[in-house]
Amino acid sequence: MERRLSAVLLSVLLFGIALLYLPIAVLIGYSFNASPLVNVWGGFSTAWYGQLLHNRQLLEAALLSLEVAVAASSGAVVLGTLASIALVRFARFRGRLLLTGMVNAPLVMPEIITGITQLLLFVSMMQLFSWPHRGFTTIVLSHITFCTAYVTVTVQARLQSADRSLEEAAMDLGAGPARAFLEITLPIIAPAIISSWLLCFTLSLDDLVISSFVAGPGASTLPMVIYSKVKLGVSPDINALASLIVCGVGVCIIGAGWLMTRSDRRRALEAQLAGR
Amino acid sequence: MRPTWLTGRWLIILPPLLFLLVFFLIPFAFAFKISFAETAPRVPPYTDVLTFTADHHLRLALSLGNYRYLLTDEVYGVAYLYSLRTAFFSTLICLALGYPMAYAIARSPKSLQGVLLLVIMLPFWTSFLLRVYALEGIIRDNGFLNTVLLNLGLISHPLRIMRTSVAVYLGIIYSYLPFMVLPLFATLEKLDPTLLEAAADLGSTPRRAFLDVTLPLSIPGVIAGSMLVFIPAVGEFVIPSLLGGPNNLMIGRVLWDEFFGNHDWPVASAVAIAFLLLLAGPIAIYQYYNVRQTEA
Repeated sequence: MERRLSAVLLSVLLFGIALLYLPIAVLIGYSFNASPLVNVWGGFSTAWYGQLLHNRQLLEAALLSLEVAVAASSGAVVLGTLASIALVRFARFRGRLLLTGMVNAPLVMPEIITGITQLLLFVSMMQLFSWPHRGFTTIVLSHITFCTAYVTVTVQARLQSADRSLEEAAMDLGAGPARAFLEITLPIIAPAIISSWLLCFTLSLDDLVISSFVAGPGASTLPMVIYSKVKLGVSPDINALASLIVCGVGVCIIGAGWLMTRSDRRRALEAQLAGR
Repeated sequence: MRPTWLTGRWLIILPPLLFLLVFFLIPFAFAFKISFAETAPRVPPYTDVLTFTADHHLRLALSLGNYRYLLTDEVYGVAYLYSLRTAFFSTLICLALGYPMAYAIARSPKSLQGVLLLVIMLPFWTSFLLRVYALEGIIRDNGFLNTVLLNLGLISHPLRIMRTSVAVYLGIIYSYLPFMVLPLFATLEKLDPTLLEAAADLGSTPRRAFLDVTLPLSIPGVIAGSMLVFIPAVGEFVIPSLLGGPNNLMIGRVLWDEFFGNHDWPVASAVAIAFLLLLAGPIAIYQYYNVRQTEA
């Protein structure tokens, strides 16, 4: 659909993009403000960033959040990849509809419902099996649940567009189904797997509501600490922290996007060379 | 062919199926059960619904009190209605803003599309909490917007946006706009351009062609995008809590207060179950269109 854009369309697009980015730009600007007053510019300063390094509560919460994010996205990538293989490759099996529903529902389910129901599960499990203790384990388990949904959707799309004849050719040449998968299919869907790991990492790092329910009294993730500080009003060190997180996450996402487009381009080129 | 149970299919299907069953679906059963319990001063803070008595009989102690309480206490009805209304109008505004954006991206040159999509995606993945916090920096009484408007002399007193419904609307639109644009783009991009050419050949003006061809064909995207905004927006907690005032009681906030403020787990469970029933329709619609699109 390549045609000239009308001025109206273009201005709505630019307006929408400006709306999405202005608050973040202003936030990053404020984080370099020497004055602790938000509406007065007191000159350029990186003092607020320095202060972050001395805030033990923030550092401990950040460490917990990073550990949770690594564990949760790794677990979700395994489960989500398996789920997408099941949904794309196995046309009929018992529980297919159930699985489809369960990978799609977390994408729209309000977090507050997921959070409270999972907490009640963990508490009941604790009564029955004395496991899991609320804290790291329960946060990771609940993050794996919603991250699995995102991985499945991403990898499923890639797997659907993958050319099955390559895999069939490998099997004709004597490779078993497991070997054909590992050597042919896995490299094709690898970019989707890596980028969904990165996306899960950012989602897990960001989650406030579900973590607040399942974390229990002992553990606080970074968003929980930030939320309780923000509730008290705007503070300059949170501006600095927020800028760091936003930029870090931005790099992750751009990396993920770059990986996906690069492999798309390479595939298009290969298809061209193959004369298709 | 070996029998199917030997082929290892179940090694692939079972792990995600069992995990989601245990940690996503079964929790609802527990919430349902506990919504019939009563609060009790112990750990965990509610009475047993199912107990084995000494002579090995199963005793069921159901209390409908929590649901009766939801129906009689006005707060819940008001909060449900306010949440539905806020989510509905925010969805409409997102659609009005997001449709032209998605359309513009779909019609821009292919080389630019990737970049534009990334530009829309980036805030979609960036910390939700921090974006709401960033918005507060714009709209607070001494925030960016008021500072700029005051300095330009356009207003003499700061606009009061924080802690009003306007702030909640702005928060939802700002946070959920990408959820609207992405599915709309996905359907608009797939649209066959020859259909529009055929319409033009048959004498349609571009406007007629848009109304008769593009718009009807993009309905699945409109529905998917609207549900992706509407359903989470109804249950939104962070936005009304940080940007809204005491009057902007959305159901997510009521549930949170019931749980963390009053420590009333059974009533909080009942609120969640009632809320889920309310959302069952929209979630079913979303699932239906989603399955149809992925299977197509």
